[in-house]
Amino acid sequence: MENGTVLRATHLTKHFPVTKGLVLMKTIGSVKAVDDISFTIDQGETLALVGESGCGKTTTAKLVLRLEKPTSGQVTLGGQDIHALKGADLKRYRMQVQAVFQDPWSSMDPRMRIRDIVSEPLVVNQKITKQETRDRVSKVLVDVGLRPQDATKYPHEFSGGQRQRISIASALVSDPRLLIMDEPVSALDVSIRSQILNLFKDLQGQYNVSYLLVAHDLGTIRYMADRVAVMYLGKIVEYAPTEELFTNPKHPYTRALLSAALPSHPDIRRERIILEGEVPSPIDPPPGCSFNPRCPVKIGAVCESATPRLESEEEARHPVACHLHNDPYKQHAAHKAGGDAN
Amino acid sequence: MEELTFGEEVLNVQNLHTYLYTRWGIVKAVDGVTFSVSRGETLGIVGESGSGKSMTALSLMRLQPRPAGRIVQGEVWLEGTDLLKLSDQQIQRVRGRDISMILQDPQTSLNPVFSVGNQLLEAVGVHNKGIGRKGLVARAVEALRSVRVAAPEQRFQDYPHQMSGGMKQRVVGAISISCEPKVIIADEPTTALDVTIQAQYLELLQDIQRDTGLAIIFITHDFGIVANMCDRVVVMYAGKIVEQGEVREIFNHPSHPYTRALLDSVPNLESKAERLYSIQGQPPALWDLGTGCRFAPRCPYSDQRCYDEYPPSYTVKGEHTADCWRLEDANWRMEPFSGQHT
Repeated sequence: MENGTVLRATHLTKHFPVTKGLVLMKTIGSVKAVDDISFTIDQGETLALVGESGCGKTTTAKLVLRLEKPTSGQVTLGGQDIHALKGADLKRYRMQVQAVFQDPWSSMDPRMRIRDIVSEPLVVNQKITKQETRDRVSKVLVDVGLRPQDATKYPHEFSGGQRQRISIASALVSDPRLLIMDEPVSALDVSIRSQILNLFKDLQGQYNVSYLLVAHDLGTIRYMADRVAVMYLGKIVEYAPTEELFTNPKHPYTRALLSAALPSHPDIRRERIILEGEVPSPIDPPPGCSFNPRCPVKIGAVCESATPRLESEEEARHPVACHLHNDPYKQHAAHKAGGDAN
Repeated sequence: MEELTFGEEVLNVQNLHTYLYTRWGIVKAVDGVTFSVSRGETLGIVGESGSGKSMTALSLMRLQPRPAGRIVQGEVWLEGTDLLKLSDQQIQRVRGRDISMILQDPQTSLNPVFSVGNQLLEAVGVHNKGIGRKGLVARAVEALRSVRVAAPEQRFQDYPHQMSGGMKQRVVGAISISCEPKVIIADEPTTALDVTIQAQYLELLQDIQRDTGLAIIFITHDFGIVANMCDRVVVMYAGKIVEQGEVREIFNHPSHPYTRALLDSVPNLESKAERLYSIQGQPPALWDLGTGCRFAPRCPYSDQRCYDEYPPSYTVKGEHTADCWRLEDANWRMEPFSGQHT
């Protein structure tokens, strides 16, 4: 995009050790929560991570937030490796990257006034006068659709939707470059969701902030995201601009995911690809392509032995990690696609 | 199993009122609800939190929270018996055998310290006294098989923590259908499940329904589920049914402004909306309802009469009815709030 890259993750990997025994802990394996993923987020853009539970999307968000240390790979913000930051640079990073979580009930201290909740990122990370703090809090409260007077109230005086607005205000008060949103509307009522989604869109233009959106609702993603990364068992399996992904999904998992989402009207009939079984354990992922035991269009032995490579963003506009779409099998893919195009 | 004929009315709810007597006043959680459901039919009850949909479901089985919750008026007819007139002992025999429930979170529906087999046996045993342990086990295993749990004899010994969320919800389903009820009330049964698992589960419910002629009452806030599962829909707002009718009719001609607004505020998968409609304000407090239409303060079409007087039910077409003063004028047509669902 025109303003350049804000965040870049390269070969990001996070393995959690699996241990046995209480005193003499032995590492008997590892959970590959995030396994060698790369992505970028541009200024003012929304990147969505989508996948089922256990696919690593929340771990990825935590890595970007510096709440987890990567096993290997790195995340850079404005060219600096965020996991190597110290001192003043670290404080600056914490101003620039903020988060909005799913549950507006548990993400706020019930004993703090709204003013203190919202201004915390400023007070902790910056030298700032009381007057300036008050002004910025008032401004941001108005921006998220609340009133400046609300600053003296406590969280219990607000409804779920209003609380989520307070979370957003708190995230935006330090003028961040990137907002991490982990399921930001799933805890809200249907009629409140669209208010919050529209608010996110408006604020993005106003603050020129980038979003990393973690969500499982595909409708929300289509509405919000510019680009989407589909994750399965710790890996990105498909990475494409949103409209491209929804109109021309390539990976069999993406197709299944789209077909599993319920059509929004009883007259829309979609080909249903019901996947057999469940997501395998990330401790012991199947060899080869990790989707192969559930894949409806498996080619054969190659899927069980070789891990399909995901092209980088520079190489392809719409990278897919699937043998069907890799060169030697393209013929085969074309043949198969004729039979199961949706 | 006895022969079931499809299409015959099995449950009929007349003018049900469930009030909660709290410190803050009387909460009219269910305020005059009338609907019916037939064999082999799926009825959707849609609404936001606080609309009274779950309280309606609980009231059908007389499971409303006590002592605060009281059914103050109404009739619930199940094949010639008014359930509200039964003694506590009699209703106990109806629960599970004639009407059973599937709740939202399988984690909390199952007891972690008993094996799933044990819990199935309990359910089967209560209503089948005198068929002996062997007979009970056989029925329980059969129930597990009917919800497509692989190797039911082995899984019988498992504890809930050894199962995935989707599997646990299947066990809950098995418990619900083990006594061959006539009606199943499913209260957001797939909210805790992933999309691909949700698709499997919904298909399972439909198959069971096709085989047994079960009537299903599906409580949800998700119009996707309604569009795909339900034959008829009831839309609730603040304790009242504001609109009901056949599912296609509701989707194609929503006639209550609340229904229309809900449909227009959900981001959909099939196309990208430029901007979602959002309903202003929040659902009303249920202890402080005026005499008028409860949606009036949030409604773009409301006038003074809407605030003063609750509208009667107008017939839109056939069974399709809606409670809105605007329908007094038979030629009135509501404009869609956004570009979607036209």
